[in-house]
Amino acid sequence: MAHVHEHDENAGAEQRKAIWRTFWILLILTALEFLIAFTLTAGTLKTAIFVGMTIVKAFYIVGEFMHLKHEVKSLIWATLLPCIFVVWLLIALMTEGGSIFDLR
Amino acid sequence: MAATAQPNVKNVWLGGVEPMKASYGKLMMWFFLVSDTFTFSALLVSYGLVRFSYPAYAGKVADFVSSPAYWPIPEKVFDALPFMHGLHAPLVFVGIMTFILILSSVTMVLAVEAGHRMDRAAVEKYMLWTILGGATFLGCQAWEWTHFIHGTDNGTVIKELVDGSWVSKTIFGANLTENQYGPPAFADLFFFITGFHGTHVFSGVVLNYLIFYRTSTGFYDRRGSYEMVEKVGLYWHFVDLVWVFVFTFFYLV
Repeated sequence: MAHVHEHDENAGAEQRKAIWRTFWILLILTALEFLIAFTLTAGTLKTAIFVGMTIVKAFYIVGEFMHLKHEVKSLIWATLLPCIFVVWLLIALMTEGGSIFDLR
Repeated sequence: MAATAQPNVKNVWLGGVEPMKASYGKLMMWFFLVSDTFTFSALLVSYGLVRFSYPAYAGKVADFVSSPAYWPIPEKVFDALPFMHGLHAPLVFVGIMTFILILSSVTMVLAVEAGHRMDRAAVEKYMLWTILGGATFLGCQAWEWTHFIHGTDNGTVIKELVDGSWVSKTIFGANLTENQYGPPAFADLFFFITGFHGTHVFSGVVLNYLIFYRTSTGFYDRRGSYEMVEKVGLYWHFVDLVWVFVFTFFYLV
């Protein structure tokens, strides 16, 4: 990370452009989610589309707004790898929920 | 190890340099956010578990009526707008809240960018917009909670077993034990998840205000670095990130 403060007026402008681009992507994705919420019937496909779009939105927020995309690899992996445990919890507790439903 | 002060690629983890090219404070913010991810994940995954343990509504969406027997359809629960009593506007209000939070994330990252240029006036301006966005979101949430707690005009008739006989009773709104929209667990999860997120938004607004205050007194100019804006910015974006997930898994799916 080179800290050049004074002479990078143009670099700043480029960054601001990237920020607004990310904003439009997030806005359009959210608008699309609304559209899908009222046009598709509930089911696995609809859920899969929503989960996919949410992950794309998360990628832009973490990658661009939180700047993680431009950090060093060790920091990227140190934050992303622990999230594997969330995936495990998700699978374990969804199965558990289905089992409770069967027993009730 | 040769006693040179020059770091090279091989001894980057042996001290004296920043292997992750980020300051101590920024790293600690990242690791705190990772731990916070687990907290929110636990809440949202619990929502999934409880939802899967209840039957889903089987009929047509248009014919939906609230009942404690099955899980509600969110768009049928969250369909009210302030000053528009009786209007059926599914998910419109929560959409506005999402938009406000995304916009406040944008103004936050613009403040961070202005901090890189040491532009105090721009940091002040964007921090104020961010604070305004956060406060507006909290106001919206307060309204939504109020509406959720007080309920609709007609309420829902439920049957309760009292002293060995079934009695009918109309309930309005929701609290931790009764819920007109569906099973009581639905209301509990609503209060816990949006409440925990709202608490994060609140502390974010407080932190943003402190940053704004210190910026306007010239504190970061004297220090020669606006990195604090970046650290609090990370927290603020995380709050936005959590909302993206809450929005999908609580309101859409």
